[in-house]
Amino acid sequence: MKPTMNVEFCGVEFKNPVLTASGTFGFGREYSSFYDLSELGGICIKGITPKKRIGNPPPRIAETPMGILNSVGLQNPGIDAFISEELPFLKQFDTRVIANISGNTVSEYCEMAEKISDSQVDLIEMNISCPNVKAGGMAFGTSSSMVFDVVSETKKYAKKPLVVKLSPNVTDITEIAVAAENAGASGLSLINTILGMRIDIKTKRPILHQNTGGLSGPAVLPIAIRMVYQVKKAVKIPLIGMGGISCGNDAVEMMLAGASLVSVGTACFSNPMAPIEVRDGIQKYLEDCKRSSVHDLCGGLIEY
Amino acid sequence: MIKDFSAQIKKISALSDTTFDFELFVGETAKEAAPGRFVSISCGDQRILRRPISICDASPSEGTIRIIFEIRGEGTKWLSEQKVGGILKVLGPVGNGFKLGGLCDLPALFVAGGIGTPPIYYAAKNTPGKNDLVAGFRNKSAVILEEDMLHIANAVMVCTDDGSYGIHGLVTTEVEKLLLKQQYGAIFACGPRAMLKATAELAEQYHIPCQVSLEERMGCSVGACLVCACAIKGKDGMEYKHVCKDGPVFDAKDVQF
Ligand SMILES: Cc1cc2nc3c(=O)[nH]c(=O)nc-3n(C[C@H](O)[C@H](O)[C@H](O)COP(=O)(O)OP(=O)(O)OC[C@H]3O[C@@H](n4cnc5c(N)ncnc54)[C@H](O)[C@@H]3O)c2cc1C
Ligand SMILES: Cc1cc2nc3c(=O)[nH]c(=O)nc-3n(C[C@H](O)[C@H](O)[C@H](O)COP(=O)(O)O)c2cc1C
Repeated sequence: MKPTMNVEFCGVEFKNPVLTASGTFGFGREYSSFYDLSELGGICIKGITPKKRIGNPPPRIAETPMGILNSVGLQNPGIDAFISEELPFLKQFDTRVIANISGNTVSEYCEMAEKISDSQVDLIEMNISCPNVKAGGMAFGTSSSMVFDVVSETKKYAKKPLVVKLSPNVTDITEIAVAAENAGASGLSLINTILGMRIDIKTKRPILHQNTGGLSGPAVLPIAIRMVYQVKKAVKIPLIGMGGISCGNDAVEMMLAGASLVSVGTACFSNPMAPIEVRDGIQKYLEDCKRSSVHDLCGGLIEY
Repeated sequence: MIKDFSAQIKKISALSDTTFDFELFVGETAKEAAPGRFVSISCGDQRILRRPISICDASPSEGTIRIIFEIRGEGTKWLSEQKVGGILKVLGPVGNGFKLGGLCDLPALFVAGGIGTPPIYYAAKNTPGKNDLVAGFRNKSAVILEEDMLHIANAVMVCTDDGSYGIHGLVTTEVEKLLLKQQYGAIFACGPRAMLKATAELAEQYHIPCQVSLEERMGCSVGACLVCACAIKGKDGMEYKHVCKDGPVFDAKDVQF
């Protein structure tokens, strides 16, 4: 018998636990020529903002040992264009759509949560952890009191489950996680990218035009696993784990540490089929150890 | 349509210590090759990002494409160490090529700089008419594709920065001389940014339509991650388009150099 792969997360049913990570998958169009997007558990869209943003000047990417730094700076067409031009495309597929929203102020988050709740998205992911924008972004996500304020206000306007995306660029991620939970978050997702930098030694200039950027890819996997593990112990709400997942076994680790769902991001750049291979890899793991359901994984870690 | 596939290396020739010419078997995909389009090649499991390399020629009947690349860093060094018969992970063909049609009977002028020469050679080869080609290189040992270019263009001018071969000086100095002498229907250029900028300025001055192929550091190669941004003049001011999806070829007058 094939193991069951469906997961209920914040009251929403996912056909399998594999999502695509925000910002690495656009609005799905580009990868739809590689496989049927209905194969995915869900798609988390590129971060959207109240108004169109043109993003940061290039270079926006640098390669690092088993990772990348990016500084895209939330280039996106704005929430209205997303709802009218991109969402109908995504809704053709039998998969969950998660809207990733970013604001500069508390009222912008509220305004977006209200607007997006009236659309056909299934879940809202609140990005309070983008390291590549000046105002808002990560500034909200690094202080417990600010996290509490912005999440509790936004919650009032969100008529869909509200997932808060946490920044790893903090001293104690569990403090922030607890603040978000106390403010009414339905779930948490982690990790966003880790602030980093690379320098071209020939020109003595940073490779990124923004000087610094966010690290992602296999290099961050152990940090992400550790943070999911810590946060799982600190809160009761469910978690979406991400950061460096590129195969089924990475995802299994993330789920054992405490994630109910996993997202695949940077891995798509090396291998467009990565999310599908991650899904198949999880299934194979379950079959190999004769488990009947993917539920058996979440938090199944046997600690010393 | 962009595909992710395995390509076998059929032939390798070293054009210099640092420049290599590969023939890859890509099957049906060769039919979708076009001048200005490129492929993104995985350069070993230790490197997350694929390297974009222009298609330099294609033979749909044999199912092959040709690529020429220079060692610039770790990825291209890895590529140069591969052997005939080896398999490469290739994503492509990517991007929009040069629009070569509709040149209103006038000859076209092709302008190439260094490792930007391969796509320009491919474009010139596919453009009927008495077209001229100017190609610039650092020095004599960096000169590539001269023989090939002589077969497909009316006049070929090779320049070197240090005068060790051909004409001593910048490509754009030669371009300006040609523009003063003769009428062209279009200019096509690929090379370093400074060369593209100067070429675009000359094209504007002489009122000749000009297409340029841009380079930028790339992530996904398919248009999803938005990292390979280039500044393009839009109707509401400057905006960032993306080299992999909107380019790499752009109308020179739209590019914010
Ligand atoms: C559309 C396009 C077509 C190209 N066609 C050719 C070609 O036909 N022949 C050729 O020799 N080169 C070509 N290049 C440049 C080639 O992609 C780079 O030289 C190569 O990526 C360098 O990789 P590396 O690992 O050797 O260098 P590193 O410096 O070690 O690379 C580090 C990272 O930076 C990126 N990078 C470094 N330089 C460039 C660059 N100039 N452009 C884009 N990314 C860069 C790499 O891809 C990699 O992700 C093209 C670039 C683009 C964008
Ligand atoms: C190019 C790029 C763009 C990103 N854009 C966003 C974004 O808009 N919003 C967001 O919440 N996270 C964004 N992220 C972070 C990812 O969603 C994810 O949290 C992170 O990359 C870790 O996962 P990975 O290692 O699998 O990529 C981006 C990451 C990358 C690489």
